[in-house]
Amino acid sequence: MRSAVVLFPGSNRDHDMVKALHAVTGSLPTVVWHQDATLPDVDLIVLPGGFSYGDYLRCGAIAARSPAMLDVARKAKAGVRVLGVCNGFQILTEAGLLPGALMRNAHLRFVCKQVKLEVVNNSTDFTRAYAKGQVIDCPVAHHDGNYFADAETLARLEGEGRVAFRYALGTNPNGSINDIAGILNKAGNVLGMMPHPENLIEALHGGLDGRGLFESVAQAIAA
Amino acid sequence: MKVRVTITLKAGVLDPQGKAIEGALKGLGFAGVEAARQGKIVDLVLAETDVAKAKAAVADMCEKLLANTVIENYHIDILG
Repeated sequence: MRSAVVLFPGSNRDHDMVKALHAVTGSLPTVVWHQDATLPDVDLIVLPGGFSYGDYLRCGAIAARSPAMLDVARKAKAGVRVLGVCNGFQILTEAGLLPGALMRNAHLRFVCKQVKLEVVNNSTDFTRAYAKGQVIDCPVAHHDGNYFADAETLARLEGEGRVAFRYALGTNPNGSINDIAGILNKAGNVLGMMPHPENLIEALHGGLDGRGLFESVAQAIAA
Repeated sequence: MKVRVTITLKAGVLDPQGKAIEGALKGLGFAGVEAARQGKIVDLVLAETDVAKAKAAVADMCEKLLANTVIENYHIDILG
């Protein structure tokens, strides 16, 4: 599987993502600088977590307008799978590749802990290795993960099975509407999520529940 | 030309920072604060001298970057 991780100034989970992709899929991703206007020809593009541009203006706002993101948008439209985690999710919404917005956590505090995620839809390229309704462990670490979308968008996301992950009952760490933790675009090839599956892939991490996401993508690409 | 862009959260969008400001004002004893909403201001200096053209250009900037119109409104003032 050929993959690329886009590096923005202020990204800080890029190394974790590279290691997770390498560990689970067996191939090392290419790291692409955000000023590169053309990404290599890959099967999966990942936007890692961090604080691109210091969260200036809005989280992900400046990164979403970088040269690399124009090519990410082009490739996403052509069907290349794109995964955005944490700041990567914020960048995808700011770039218009996913609907809605990620706002300041409702309780205003940075949240860094392990949460429970419900796999709402397991018939996606990113979740097929999980069972439908399976509850998995996953860490979160963010200040702006409070997902918001207007009622019409929300109804569309729910109705079209585009909510991939939800915070399991009672564990919503940030006030996200409908407990939403991760959503897909209409075509199903772009996933954005606040939790960090790349940080739960080795026994030393305290669990392996994050591996399923990378296994799913690798399976989908091999299929 | 100097132009001020004021960006505010849309009505109905939860503003936890505004809520915290509201709570702090009440804590300081300011009675009668019914609500506080926080926004941001971006001041621009443009080479453009035509007001209509400047407003159109800044509106384009707001749509493409300065505001996230999913959650925010923007208002453009020509300061001179």
